[in-house]
Amino acid sequence: MASDVSEQIEVPAAQRRLAWLSRSTLARHVLLAAGGAVVLYLISVGLDPYRDYLMAQVAAMVVAVAGLTVLIGLSGQISIGNGAFMAVGGYTGALIFMHLHWPLGLILVVAAVVAAAVGAVFGLAAARLRGPYLAGATLMFAVALPFLANQFSGVLGGDQGLGFFITSPAFLGVNFSLQRWQAWVNCGVGLVVFVLLANLTASKVGRSWRAIRDDEIAAALAGLNVAGYKILAFIVSAACAGLGGVLLAIYDGTVSPSLFTFGLSIQLLTAAVLGGLGSLAGAIWGAALLVIVPIYLQDVAVSHGFASQATSAAIPTLAYGVVLIVVMLAFPRGIQGGLSRLVKKKGSL
Amino acid sequence: MGQGSLDVSGLVVKFGSLTALDNVSLVAAPGTVTGIIGPNGAGKTTLLNAVCGFVKPEAGEISFDGKDLRGIRPHQLARLGIGRTLQAVGLFGGLTAAENVMAGAAVGAKAGFWSAFAGLPRSDRDERRLRQLAVAALDRVGAADLADRRPETLPHGSRKRVALARALVAAPRLLLLDEPASGLAEDELPELGALITEIAREAGVLVIEHRMDLMMSVCDHIFVLDFGVLIAQGSPAQVQENPLVTEAYLGALHE
Repeated sequence: MASDVSEQIEVPAAQRRLAWLSRSTLARHVLLAAGGAVVLYLISVGLDPYRDYLMAQVAAMVVAVAGLTVLIGLSGQISIGNGAFMAVGGYTGALIFMHLHWPLGLILVVAAVVAAAVGAVFGLAAARLRGPYLAGATLMFAVALPFLANQFSGVLGGDQGLGFFITSPAFLGVNFSLQRWQAWVNCGVGLVVFVLLANLTASKVGRSWRAIRDDEIAAALAGLNVAGYKILAFIVSAACAGLGGVLLAIYDGTVSPSLFTFGLSIQLLTAAVLGGLGSLAGAIWGAALLVIVPIYLQDVAVSHGFASQATSAAIPTLAYGVVLIVVMLAFPRGIQGGLSRLVKKKGSL
Repeated sequence: MGQGSLDVSGLVVKFGSLTALDNVSLVAAPGTVTGIIGPNGAGKTTLLNAVCGFVKPEAGEISFDGKDLRGIRPHQLARLGIGRTLQAVGLFGGLTAAENVMAGAAVGAKAGFWSAFAGLPRSDRDERRLRQLAVAALDRVGAADLADRRPETLPHGSRKRVALARALVAAPRLLLLDEPASGLAEDELPELGALITEIAREAGVLVIEHRMDLMMSVCDHIFVLDFGVLIAQGSPAQVQENPLVTEAYLGALHE
């Protein structure tokens, strides 16, 4: 049989020793994540506190963008409202933090679970809506949710929001920079999320999502529960957004309506598209561009004397538009799509 | 009501005021090839869509193995042992041929969401098994060498093979083929015919097709639809000699 051929081919000893790596998805992804952890550690200790702080913000956004890119790029559903799931996670985390004083790890898990539950409700609706209707429904969610904070200002703190101040653990010493600890927490969570999402993407679940994205009728006839998989994608995406929301709150020290604006949802969407829809690596490029480019350009603008308030506020927005246009012209399939095409071209030469 | 028998009786399907199927009854017996022919718009694909739960019948009964199929959702068919190919092929463009077929094999997957999520060996073992099944199914339709190709790089005939493998990989007891020969070259037909005959050794096959030469050679029993009404049935020879059938086709030609 054709399927046995691959087993019979003589494999060199070195390759055989590494065979377990190609056979175990988890081992492969954990090894990659461990490599990533080393790199991130080395970067974080080389940065000043402000840049560690930015690193924490990038990591928080990466987590949320990764969930969105899986939703849109793999399952083929759109959400313009993932900023609202971030808010759900962020507020859940802050409330538990303030009232129950649970350990951080547990807070993160519960916030993700609560956001996932809200995502499930949304997914149920999403399984019946498509294209512009789904976009409209998620948009409404993102616009409406921040108002809840004012409606229930007793619990949710209104415009002021809630405090979410974590401290670095005692064993790191009193003088350990809080920003570096935030960067570690956020990057660590990001790596775990990446391992799990990469597992899903490489599995039956990822394949089923892509099948449903490409042809729903054929997917149903192949025995795939189309509605079920669509809801699952929403749940996964909302859980990631919820985690990203908590991490963003840790970075910010508060949760408030101004942190989770509708603009945030659009930023997530932009980052996912910029990076390359469906690509986890792309989520990193997208989120990093999103956070770093405006700040960098603002610094440049200030150092060149464009420091009036109106211009310094407008420059990030302008830069954002320019970056979006340039990337989309150069790489219609996002940065990661462009990179892998370049690599392929080189390989074939 | 035998093993793997599809029974349709008194089926009525309406689209608004248009009656697409009017009191249609037929049986697709296990281990045989049953054909449905008829001019364009006769209701052939509508019949398959009603069986698969894409269209809600106005009246009538549909059962497989004695199990009522009315109200079933399309994705449940595969688990019941019913496979179907589409006229428009419907391969997943973002997946390789093998992955397309693996998607069809997922009904038999043992690993669930959590082991996939955690990347457990259980999920990896399952994936390897599904891939073996997929390659074997591709081999069966003569497309084993296409396993790692994307659908967009394949000629039409090869795409149809991959789609057929995707339906076969779940080892259906009843296979519904919607125009399997459309877009195939004349010299590809005998091979398709032989494959259909071979499939019918282990499963019932219900074929909709325009290519009469193919239908005459592979079908054990043929039903003829015209404007949603069953006008004739019998062995290929009987159907061919039936004046009503000739009239339906010639009449359709005149229009």
